Parts: sequence; structure tokens; C-alpha cells
Amino acid sequence: MRFFARRIKVKKRDIPAGVWTKCRRCKEMVTSQEVEENLMTCPKCGYLSPLPAPARIRSLFADGEFHEIDARMRPADPLKFVDSLPYPKRQQSAEKRSGLPEAVVTGIGSLGGFAVACAVMDFEYMGGSMGSVVGEKITRLIEAAIEKRIPLLIISSSGGARMQEGALSLLQLAKTSAALARLDAEGILFVSVMTNPTTGGTTASFASLGDVIVAEPGALIGFAGPRVIKQTIQQDLPDGFQTAEFLLAHGMVDMIVPRRELGGRLAAILSLFGAPRFRSAAHAPRQRRPRREGAEA
Amino acid sequence: MNGGFDFEKPIVELEGEIGRLRALAGEGTVDVAAEIESLQKKLDAARRDIYGNLTPWQRVQIARHPQRPYTLDYVRLMTEGFIELAGDRFFANDQAIVGGVARLEGRTVVVVGQQKGRDTKENLLRNFGSAHPEGYRKAYRLMRLAEKFRLPVVSFIDTPGAYPGIGAEERGQAEAIACNLRAMAALETPIVAVIIGEGGSGGALGIGVGDEVLMLENAYYSVISPEGCAAILWKDQSKAAEAASTLRISPRELLELDVIDLIVPEPLGGAHRNYELAAREVKAALLGALDRLGRVPPGDLVRRRYEKYRRIGSFTEE
Repeated sequence: MRFFARRIKVKKRDIPAGVWTKCRRCKEMVTSQEVEENLMTCPKCGYLSPLPAPARIRSLFADGEFHEIDARMRPADPLKFVDSLPYPKRQQSAEKRSGLPEAVVTGIGSLGGFAVACAVMDFEYMGGSMGSVVGEKITRLIEAAIEKRIPLLIISSSGGARMQEGALSLLQLAKTSAALARLDAEGILFVSVMTNPTTGGTTASFASLGDVIVAEPGALIGFAGPRVIKQTIQQDLPDGFQTAEFLLAHGMVDMIVPRRELGGRLAAILSLFGAPRFRSAAHAPRQRRPRREGAEA
Repeated sequence: MNGGFDFEKPIVELEGEIGRLRALAGEGTVDVAAEIESLQKKLDAARRDIYGNLTPWQRVQIARHPQRPYTLDYVRLMTEGFIELAGDRFFANDQAIVGGVARLEGRTVVVVGQQKGRDTKENLLRNFGSAHPEGYRKAYRLMRLAEKFRLPVVSFIDTPGAYPGIGAEERGQAEAIACNLRAMAALETPIVAVIIGEGGSGGALGIGVGDEVLMLENAYYSVISPEGCAAILWKDQSKAAEAASTLRISPRELLELDVIDLIVPEPLGGAHRNYELAAREVKAALLGALDRLGRVPPGDLVRRRYEKYRRIGSFTEE
């Protein structure tokens, strides 16, 4: 297996102070800086906006020890899919919007000192949808967790399978779940974190298969989207339907953990399950040999 | 009876004319044999032309035809001694998914499959082939049973999708499907899936991971229904025909993408025109697949299945 290693740069984004934004839930005006410093949590009502993957990684891998793998994997256009825009154009604008080449960042790092293979999805890239790249990167990450015998952590934020890759997207559900069957047989821990929102094919595959499932407060989590359900049953949906709290009450997740406390809780779980301490030599992916100019292939 | 799709109009008209001439001939007043023969030739040509060049959307309509053979029709026509098994042992017996044990050409197989209803009453019972979590958990239970006795699993796929409802979400629709995907990947017995009608997304895949995936000529298999895709991407459900083409949901395209392994031919005009012939084709394809899988050493089966799914996808790396 090939790894392309790259360190995620740990730096604070420059946000001009005093830029105001309206909270989507409580409609209060709050400064963007306050929201960002609070991991995209509204300081007034606690509403959680999707957290970009790099910010999530910075918050969990606090000492900066996160080695990205497969950073150069990009989507193709196997169906030559065109709706109002051709798929490659959508990819370009998604990349611009999210600053990422795809909807998931994967890597191996040190969380509270424990070695962990971690995937973080990013909702800003086409709604965190799963196409071939998301499926392949997650599958390779699972295989890396097996190879290195370290726990797997997947933080989901996704509307489900990506339409633009058709049935190939659908089959990523089977591919990732098959890799998790191997992880299971190897006796390796998988902690799944469901954030707002986690729906569709993502929930119907890896996100629901954690040994331990953690949800963020108020997150929308479900198989079908609320709009589709409402249309199908022609009834209003009960209050709080498909929230993290609803899932906890129905036995579908183990716990709800606020964003700020996630790192600490994950470290505690990793510790109880006997996760190995992170050692760079054993756990960091092999560095890609720098290619010298003019060197023979 | 003959469907009455718009695109079948020329066929229906010719059939009507031939019928009228035959009636005349029966009265013995005029000799119309030559004319009937010429019309019959035209009819054959029209059938070949229309059914040989179906658009993806037309195939979707055939896949949804109310007279199309369903899982239990194939079970009845292909197997002997079918004993249906019921329930997930947790919550209920979801009749949108049927399952049981049957003998197929002398070998015992475990059958699971989505089942639609023929009339309103049966459709309410079967929820139009849209299963709840308990349906997927029943299928899971039966697949574990198959594994215990090393019996091959034959899975018939025919669903518009897993049911999107309140109870389904409360009882973990997503979890039920995800668990099946993981279990089917590791199941230590052969699995052959046959998409006989509608292959509606995760609801189809939830019983559709197989060593070989067969697909009927007029079935479809898609990540989202054409209507759903049109509503989201074009904000217009009536663009479903366009979405059906764009999504590449027909067997030939899916074969090229390695999503399926084999196309099973249907009687001209669709499986609903000749159940016996359709069942013979499905049976022959199934037996072929089971023979091939019977030659795989049991220890290699799961690894081969893993590699089959491991390869699927399209991306670039610099």
C-alpha cells in the first residue's frame, strides 16, 4: 500500500475581528471570531455548524501530530455526469469552497498520546458526500489501522452517497463495510463520531458500524432525510426527530459529547480499550521519497 | 394486459389489427392469411426495434411494471419444496422481504428477496417492497443460517428503496443495512444476488452484496431514484427520464463499471410477457454462477469477495 504523507499545518486562520454573523438556529448576531474560536459553536445557543476538517483535526490532534495519507487522491468523472453543471466544475467549486481536494481527510496521528487512524469528513465539499475517493480513502485507512494494529476513528459529516458517481458511490458503502468486517475480525477498536449532519449512505455503512458511537449534540442523524420522510408519510415529523438525542433514546448511539469535550472523551475511550501510545517510527506513515529532478523512474 | 406504455403504442396497434383480421378469418368470409403474415412481420420488426432500443427511462418503467414477476414468482417457477421462514426474532415479520429454504436443481439454497404486492391489499401488506429494519434483520438471520449449514444464498433484489418512515428511523434503518453489508462481506458461504426489477439504492444493496451480482435486462440499479435525483439536481421531478440516462443505471453501463457481473436476458418486451421463459433464464444464470462458485475453495471465497468490492471506484492519484 502506498501512503503519501503530509503534515497538516497547525495554524490559526486569520479572521478579521468584528465580522458579524447570524446564528442559523437562534438568529442572534454573534461575531464570526467567537463562533470559530468556539469550534463553530454558537456562543448564545450552542448550535453546532459543520466544522471544517482541518479545524477538527487541529482541535483533536492538539500537539500537531497528524500525518495525512492519500492527500493527492482526487475524484474522476466516470459517468461524465452533467446536471446544471458538469461534475468536474462542481469538483472545482467544492475544492475552492472547502480548500480540500475531496470530502474526507485521512491520516494517522496522536490523540491524547494514543495512536489512531483517523478520517474526518468535511461537509463543505459537496455536502460531505461519499464517492469513490471517500470510499477508497476510508478503506485504505481501515487497512492501515489493521496493518499497524491501531484504533480507527471516523468523524462523519455527510449527506450520503454522491449522485454524480452513480452506482460507484453506492458500492462504496459495501467496500468500506467489507473493510470494517476485516477490522472487526482483527479485534481492532472502531469509534464512530456522528456530527451534524450524518445521513444516507454514510449512516447506512461505516458511520453505524462503530464499536462505540458518539454523536454531537443536536446533530441530524438518520437514514432518509426529513424532507423525504415527510413527503412519503404525508405527516409532520415529531419534535426532535432524527436528532442525536432521539438516537440516544432509541438505542442507536452510545453517548452525546459536546464538541469541546470530544478530544478528552475519545482519549478516555482509547485508553480503556488499551490503545497503543503513538510512536512516530511505528505509526507514522512512510514518507514519500522526494523525487529528484531528472531521476530515473 | 400488454402494459400500455406510450412507447409500446405501435406494437399494441399492430396486435389489435392482427386480432381483428384473425376474427374475420374465423368467420371464413375473407382470406386474410397473406395480410396477417405481412402484419405479423411488421409486428416482429416493431418489437425488435422498440425493445432493442429501450431508453434507460423506458427500462425503469418496465422494471416497475405491475405484472412483472416478483421474487416469489421466481421461487415458485425455479425451485421445489420452498419453506418460508419468518421474522427477525427482535420485532416483527416484515413482509416486504421474504425468505426461506428451497431446493434448486437438487441443491438446498437459502432464498431472500424483496417482495412487492400484486394488488392494493397485498401491497399494503408488503409495503410496496420497501423494507423496514426488521426486514433487513430477517435477511441477516437467514444468511447466518445459510452460513451455519454452508448453503448458498440466493438474493432477489426488487425494491424502490428501504422505507423512509418514522418507525424505520426509530428502529435503525441505517444500522440494519450497514450490519448486513458488513455481514455479507464476511459470510462464509456463496452469495449470488439477482436484481430482478428495481435496485433502489441502499435498500437494494442491503441484501445485494454477492460473489456474483446478476441483473435482468430491464432491471435498474441506482444510487437514487431517477425522480429523487431530478428533484434534487434539477428541482424538477419531471426530469426523471433525463436523470435515468445521466445516472447510468442500465445493466450494460453497470457491467462496464464492474457494478454487476452478468446480464440475464428477458423475453422480448420484458419478463412480464413470459414468466416461464424469464424464470428459465434466471435459473440458468443462477446455476451457472453457483457452479462457478462451487469450484472456489471455501477458504478463498471471502477473500475473493473482498477483492471484488475493493476494486470498485474511479479516482486519480498524481
